[in-house]
Amino acid sequence: MDMPQSMKQNEMFLYRFNKARNRATDWAWKLLVYVLVTGISFVILYPLIRRISMAVKAPVDIYNPTIYMVPVHFTLDNIKQALDILNYWPMLGNTIVFVTVMTVLQAASCALAGYGFARFVFPGSNILFMLVVLTIMVPMNTLMVPMYLHFRSFDVLGAVGLFSGKDGINLLNTYWPSIITSALANGLKSGLYIYIFRQFFKGLPKEIEEAALIDGAGAYGTFLRIMMPNAVPALMTVMLFAFVWQYNDTFYASLFMSDSALMSIKVASLPADTNQYLPGLLGLATGAETRADPNHVAMIVDTGILLAIAPLVLMYLFVQRYFVESVERTGVVG
Amino acid sequence: MNLRKLTLMQRRSLVGVTFILPWFIGFVFLFATPLLQSVQFSFNKLVVAPGGYALEYIGLQNFHEALFVDANFNRILTESVSEMALNVPMILFFSLFSAALLNQKFRGRAAARAIFFLPVILASGAIAAAETAGLISMTGSSEVAQELGEAQSGFDTMSLMFMLDSAGLPEWFINYIIDGTSRIYEIIRSSGVQILIFLAALQSVPPAMYEVAKMEGATGYESFWKITFPMVSPLILTNIIYTIIDSFASSPVTQTIYDTAFRSQNFGLSAAMSWMYTIVVGLILVFIGFMVSRRVFYYN
Repeated sequence: MDMPQSMKQNEMFLYRFNKARNRATDWAWKLLVYVLVTGISFVILYPLIRRISMAVKAPVDIYNPTIYMVPVHFTLDNIKQALDILNYWPMLGNTIVFVTVMTVLQAASCALAGYGFARFVFPGSNILFMLVVLTIMVPMNTLMVPMYLHFRSFDVLGAVGLFSGKDGINLLNTYWPSIITSALANGLKSGLYIYIFRQFFKGLPKEIEEAALIDGAGAYGTFLRIMMPNAVPALMTVMLFAFVWQYNDTFYASLFMSDSALMSIKVASLPADTNQYLPGLLGLATGAETRADPNHVAMIVDTGILLAIAPLVLMYLFVQRYFVESVERTGVVG
Repeated sequence: MNLRKLTLMQRRSLVGVTFILPWFIGFVFLFATPLLQSVQFSFNKLVVAPGGYALEYIGLQNFHEALFVDANFNRILTESVSEMALNVPMILFFSLFSAALLNQKFRGRAAARAIFFLPVILASGAIAAAETAGLISMTGSSEVAQELGEAQSGFDTMSLMFMLDSAGLPEWFINYIIDGTSRIYEIIRSSGVQILIFLAALQSVPPAMYEVAKMEGATGYESFWKITFPMVSPLILTNIIYTIIDSFASSPVTQTIYDTAFRSQNFGLSAAMSWMYTIVVGLILVFIGFMVSRRVFYYN
């Protein structure tokens, strides 16, 4: 029996209609995704764009209300002045050396502890791991005062006092407090890194280590030559975060090393410094009475902030794909 | 101790102890000792002497002073705890939403991801400090600076408010949403790591589940609530805890505690304040952990 002609047409129409509808929803969905992504991206990038525009704007343009983002008079003076006030290049070198050393120390000590917690069972190992989690939870300002006093007169079990007769060494405003805390896996967010390493090592198959053992490697050899090369994703995550957080840290830095030439400290005090030095840089009289134009100061401060985050943004451009991939692979999630 | 007499297991656990030894030394001297000392300080009046300090026991006076004498501490503590309570749901919602968005397939996804994680590296205390200090020196007063800072994010929320109002939503909800939109940058800035964690969670959901659901005729909406949400729910707990801990770093309470210690040199009072803060936050963490973990679905 043949289908009536009208029914065939009907079916044809329905098919086309459905296809068109699916396509329309697809398009609408895509459009929605793009609108949302663009909108949120704009909100994130806006402060960065605003600072870039500030950095190249000449002071004459400050009071021109018709300017939005793109200045009329371009200049590099702001950048030069900000570089001067921050004493940028020596400080940047100093900061990067400091942050790199801290990162390496933290990664090493936390990897050791993470591996210890992941693979070895000894009396109290679970309780000790709970204590690691506790170090993540306790806010650092609870420990702030004792730590400060501790490093103000640093002493290892009274040994220094015994030999020199003094009450210990004042380690404040040196890099030692940070070096000691990082090397002993109790630095900035160390608990989190230990946790990441432990999760990752737990996820690796035990057979690798057994094979290494049979081939005659000791526990330390296995760790260094077999486990660490396999732990590159976790190592990458920890080092990236350690680097970024150490670079941005103001808490420990201002607690232990408030006079050091570190980026985070200098940027935090940049507004005050600019108020002080800008009149001199502009060739005005330097007296207590002279004050720079506050808007001009704000411009220099914005430029300074841009200069401070520039190294991180540059680094990020190269390593950003590891950020996502590493977290996926480390099994923090698992 | 004779190594030969130990069993293999014992020897192995001894090796394990050497692995965690650096951490353990650090823990004892750089965490446990200061922690106990700060308990001690909170019950004492601490006077810094050259090369050391002297303690004078005063009982609960520091706690009394923080709660009943100090003009600001109560207010700041309640404010920052309630602000945290407001922020956590917003940050969670936003980060889960963004992660779901970034998990879609569209052109330019790599670039979008790079931009969305930018706040992870830019969320810096130093920059925030410089910004506020800059505003204060510009306007000459911290209150004006604060208002300016709020006004700066100036999105026009009026139309949104009218729209929600005519939709007949309750007033508290409208206030909440308006508050969230006017602080959108702050929320985005503090949800970088959370997006990262959620995204990783979303990608670990087996695709086969979605395929089955689709064959059975589930819509995208249904499969989100029946598959995606339960699968990422353990990470919701992780993210709540992370968000709360992260809020310590920038909270006004932290600043107050720091100033009390190093500006007014009142170390005992500062220790008492920090302990109260720690206890409040700890209770919140335990409460939330308990409430949420009962509802969480563990796949494995």
